Amino acid sequence: MIEVKDLHKSFGDAHILKGITTSFEKGKTNLIIGQSGSGKTVFLKCLLGLFEYEEGSISYDGKIFNNLSADDRRELRADIGMVFQGSALFDSMTIAENVMFPLRMFTKQSKSEMEDRVNVVLNRVNLPDAHHKKPSEASGGMQKRVAIARAIVNRPKYLFCDEPNSGLDPKTAIVIDNLIQEITDEFNITTVINSHDMNSVMEIGEKIVFLKDGLKAWEGSNETIFKTDNEVVTDFVYSSNLFKKVRKMYIEENQ
Amino acid sequence: MIYLQNIGTYFIMIKDIFRRPTKWSVMKPLILKDIDDLIIGSLGIVAFISFFVGGVVAIQTALNMTNPMMPKYLVGFATRQSIILEFAPTFISIIMAGKMGSFITSSIGTMRVTEQIDALEVMGINAINYLVFPKFIALILYPFIISIAMFLGILGGLIACVYGGYGSMEDYIEGLQTEFIPFHFVYAFLKTFVFAFLLATIPSFYGYFMKGGALEVGKASTTSFVWTSVMIILVNFLLTSLLLG
Repeated sequence: MIEVKDLHKSFGDAHILKGITTSFEKGKTNLIIGQSGSGKTVFLKCLLGLFEYEEGSISYDGKIFNNLSADDRRELRADIGMVFQGSALFDSMTIAENVMFPLRMFTKQSKSEMEDRVNVVLNRVNLPDAHHKKPSEASGGMQKRVAIARAIVNRPKYLFCDEPNSGLDPKTAIVIDNLIQEITDEFNITTVINSHDMNSVMEIGEKIVFLKDGLKAWEGSNETIFKTDNEVVTDFVYSSNLFKKVRKMYIEENQ
Repeated sequence: MIYLQNIGTYFIMIKDIFRRPTKWSVMKPLILKDIDDLIIGSLGIVAFISFFVGGVVAIQTALNMTNPMMPKYLVGFATRQSIILEFAPTFISIIMAGKMGSFITSSIGTMRVTEQIDALEVMGINAINYLVFPKFIALILYPFIISIAMFLGILGGLIACVYGGYGSMEDYIEGLQTEFIPFHFVYAFLKTFVFAFLLATIPSFYGYFMKGGALEVGKASTTSFVWTSVMIILVNFLLTSLLLG
């Protein structure tokens, strides 16, 4: 479980996060949603320790990140898997080398053990024959699956995903969402996803934190988000014409 | 103020190159790859430029020796001095600031833009050590490039001088041997090591700390070339004053 208490982050005079308190539960897919500029990416980068924050605390299963020694932080980072928005695969390596990279860095496994683990993980993300391809030869959906494979290869306790569906067609986006959901359940990890894709919210949002202007405006689940009266949330959720029509039909049906 | 901040950040980066080293089994192939990209990959252009510039130096010297009292061996002497003292270490280093420097800045900068550096940092890897240390080690072999530049520059001068009809081979070789001061080699290679350090670290700095997108990668490469060249020229002046002045 990841607990966040009164988190503040500024860049110069710009106060981006204005005191966020929330928690992300183990074994669940937790979504951070909100409009562009609401502070989602800054929040995620604070959670990952890529940004230092001025006030508040973030704890991973009771360990407060800022109180950890450099060695303990490194140990904690080995338990974190991250899927970046642009996949962030290493161009100079093949897909298998990309997936093997965390094992080479953090374990003392033999080459054959690492290769076995890479095979298992690439099979898990449905890429059994992609070992020797370079990332540039893979499609956007394949790159995302490789990024997920790299993130889970070292059996992390926490999985972070920054807009895992961006740039993907709706069908591939659902495949990626389902894959993340299955991996979360299978490995019982704490998954935090930064997204503004309403399909993801509906599909896998077991816990949803809605940010607006650097503040937590609402939190709940995919079951409660469509029933909320919170105007800020409904403005966001029903901003697309498709969802507006769905809502209209829903209201008409229930009248 | 921004310059002072950049200088401070640069020196912190230098310290970080040697902190929390990456596992040797991971680092070794990175070093070999950088030796291939930076050293072996530069040999062709260095050989081509050195050979022809050596030839031009010899021809220019011969054409400007209008006084019949001047000994013929001066062509070899002047070519040797120009090549060893300045052309090979300094001029080649400025060319390498363009070739190697833009390669280093753009490759690290692209990794920054595509979040590959963030991926390293999230994994708890010292990204500066991982990215810059192999380049630093690869450029320890930089004097090898400069030795080849010296040899081919002098050879180019010899061929231009003899086959261009500007002097005999004996005169040229006599010029090469006249008033030879071994310390000039020490001076040239000392400069080369310092330039190698600048070539590895300044472009890395501009790549690592760049912000923005693809356009900024191009801008960072240009800025890196300008500042690496400026630093090479300033350090060259300083070292020449200290060692030969």
